[in-house]
Amino acid sequence: MTARILALHGGLLALLPALHFLLPVYHHGNLARIMVLACYAIGYNLLFGYTGLLSLGHAMFFAAGMYGMGMALYHLGLGAELAFLAGIAAAGGLALVVGLLALRTVGVAFMIVTLMFSQAFYLAILLAARWTRGDEGLVLAGADRVLFGLDLTDPDIRFLLALGLFALCLSATLWLVRRPFGRVLVAIRENPERAELLGYDIFRHKLAAVVMSGLFSGAAGAAYGLMFGYVGASFAEVHFSIFPLLWVLLGGAGTVIGPFFGVLFMFYLIDISSGLTPAYMLVAGVALVLLTLFAPQGLMGEVRRRWLRWLP
Amino acid sequence: MSALLSTRALSKSFAGLRAVHEVDFDLEPGEIRALIGPNGAGKTTFVSMLIGRVAPTSGAIVFDGRDITRLPAHARVRLGMAYTFQITSVFARLDVAENVALAARRRLGGDRAAVARETAAVLERVGLGAHAGALAGDLSYGHQRLVELAMGLAQTPRLLILDEPTQGLAEGEIAAFRRLIRDLAAQTTILLIEHNMGVVMALADRITVLDFGEVLAEGSPAEIHASATVQAAYLGTGADA
Amino acid sequence: MEFGPYLMLAALEGAVTAAVLALMAAGLSLVFGVMRVVNVAHGEFYMLGAVLAFVVAGMAGGGALGFVAVLVAVPLIVAALAVAADVTVLKRVGYDPERTIVATIGILYIVQQVTLMGYGPDARPVAAPFNQRIALPWVEWGAGGPSLYWPWGLSITSYKLFVIGAAVVVLALLWVLMTRTRIGLVMRATQLDRETAQAFGIPVERVYALVFGLGAGLAALAGVLIVPIQQAHYLMGGDALLLSFIVVIIGGLGSLSGTLIAALLIGLSDGILSVFFSPTLAKIVATLLVALVLVFRPQGLMGKPER
Repeated sequence: MTARILALHGGLLALLPALHFLLPVYHHGNLARIMVLACYAIGYNLLFGYTGLLSLGHAMFFAAGMYGMGMALYHLGLGAELAFLAGIAAAGGLALVVGLLALRTVGVAFMIVTLMFSQAFYLAILLAARWTRGDEGLVLAGADRVLFGLDLTDPDIRFLLALGLFALCLSATLWLVRRPFGRVLVAIRENPERAELLGYDIFRHKLAAVVMSGLFSGAAGAAYGLMFGYVGASFAEVHFSIFPLLWVLLGGAGTVIGPFFGVLFMFYLIDISSGLTPAYMLVAGVALVLLTLFAPQGLMGEVRRRWLRWLP
Repeated sequence: MSALLSTRALSKSFAGLRAVHEVDFDLEPGEIRALIGPNGAGKTTFVSMLIGRVAPTSGAIVFDGRDITRLPAHARVRLGMAYTFQITSVFARLDVAENVALAARRRLGGDRAAVARETAAVLERVGLGAHAGALAGDLSYGHQRLVELAMGLAQTPRLLILDEPTQGLAEGEIAAFRRLIRDLAAQTTILLIEHNMGVVMALADRITVLDFGEVLAEGSPAEIHASATVQAAYLGTGADA
Repeated sequence: MEFGPYLMLAALEGAVTAAVLALMAAGLSLVFGVMRVVNVAHGEFYMLGAVLAFVVAGMAGGGALGFVAVLVAVPLIVAALAVAADVTVLKRVGYDPERTIVATIGILYIVQQVTLMGYGPDARPVAAPFNQRIALPWVEWGAGGPSLYWPWGLSITSYKLFVIGAAVVVLALLWVLMTRTRIGLVMRATQLDRETAQAFGIPVERVYALVFGLGAGLAALAGVLIVPIQQAHYLMGGDALLLSFIVVIIGGLGSLSGTLIAALLIGLSDGILSVFFSPTLAKIVATLLVALVLVFRPQGLMGKPER
């Protein structure tokens, strides 16, 4: 069974650079974006798909990573490497605080609490305009965006680093969900009281899941800012919290490989529709309704249910 | 001999309704104790307080010399208590083997081979070996109760609390259950809530009778069977045994 | 203007906000109270009310008749749309709390973006049907004791008074509906115990559709009332939704009286705070307050704790 799993996931990782060579240049940038956003989706999936906690505020973790990196780079003058770590640490810290508070609630209350914290974070970014430049955001100089000697303004290097981050997140998740810890998260999703009475500390597990999810999302945010040179408040807004929900639902919640396909599909769907109408978010709305009504398992979820039972 | 589990003046009130009132209870290691009583007597509430699902209004619970009254449920399970639900509560969308593996993994950790061995052994023991790959939610009610039992066994607990374990089982399954419990009693102390008097009389070393949240009587099966007060509370259940 | 009159002006503005907010929050609270679902698209029904008011006012012409037409027709239209959404989507997901929220997020985007396509991205004003300026007095302590004077700038328009009055009337009618009529009884029965209500022959799904429509209608009415004061814009639902959430959660989900008290509090303080502090800071405080109330006192001020 492990051979199949490795082949499938490794195969995807091998396919991506091949696509980089085969596809026209327009798609290179897209693929790099998709892979970084897929890390955000993977982080969200860990909490939603595996642990069963629906957060409506994940943009705050992505933005914490992005702004943590941005502030460190722009104002503190730290190198890209340290700034990246600062971003991840900021997101992790925020996730810890939010988790300690929000996990005292369940279900609908949890959704609203995460939404509220995320809104407050977004507003705080606007309020602190002296450092964050508020709505305008920060443009990061190309000269600063050099990671371990690699120039991030070069699209090929960007692609490679995005692939590297994605490979890391994908493998980490694959490893995590097959370990006892990951299995307990699934048990918590399925029947929390039962899991508690098997001797598992539910709160600790959920908190760990929130923090890990925040770390993944923050890494994605920090990477996105570094790679594309812009740190902006729009990444902390509500719709950017709805996106990972949409991606994960579409791609398959609770599957390792699903989130990537969710991002891929939705990215191009919106790409195409934004060329047709300014109201391209209509696509997102329709997709959400249709998915909830007819296909809550998502793409890979259906694949797993019908054919590939072994898909992690 | 010091008791494995004791309660002192354990009480639970729900907004003025006294579900359990000042119960003193001692359970010796190695016993099979049955807890019986009419519907609404407070048996499940009492047992829920023991395992930590419900917080007592007052009183104390001591397990193996340690006061566990304030301890969260998962910590009590780690100390060696295990509980099977009255209303079956398995992981319906996971397969039977995974249900049992989850129970075993807390003890055995990441050792996949050991977990698999334990899971297979436990499933054989309860008679579900053939169903390991089925989704727990797809099984018949009686088989789901057996999955519950298997999850309890896989924890190798010091105290196993069973809440109406034979409910919904067929005669043959009940007979197998009795053999299993007899077997288990050598390693584990057992507290079971039961309505099936045949099972109670055959298995129990001692019986505690609850009525209106208080201990009505306690004694050997023969004593309880003969007790007029118990019969009065039950309205003629004596005919069952 | 001195501090006293200034404060009174802020309070009056706040009262208008509170009135409209109370209507909207009552709708949201009703839906949660009876159906146990959170309708994230609620703000969009408010926005639709404002936008359709613009459209219908344009068709019906100005004047009293046009205004009455808007006031009656628009909430009904929006209510009908909401009922359609309930029957096609919400019923199908079985009113499951999580799936409903996701579905209503989808509906939010659909309504918002279709409005963008049809109405466009601009904010458009609607003329108020009547708008006389009414000067208000303030008390001043002079040599001969207290006397009234009319500070320049301290005034309110007749329309704003109408808004406050209309909200009071509608909420009073709502209270009468819920507590004195058979329909209200049916709704409250369904809220208390859905299964028993069904066993008594109450058509629960019809009740849900009715309640969802009523909730949307209240939001739309709020939008209609506010549009001569604020302009109609396709994105106006977001802020309104956030404020309604704040009111409903602090007042206690499902408790109508709590909602009303909270609406008054929030509306007045929003008006007063925004005058003295940065509105962004006020919003941050309000948002965090909602989160902390949910974490530490989930029943709000007056709601009942979840069973």
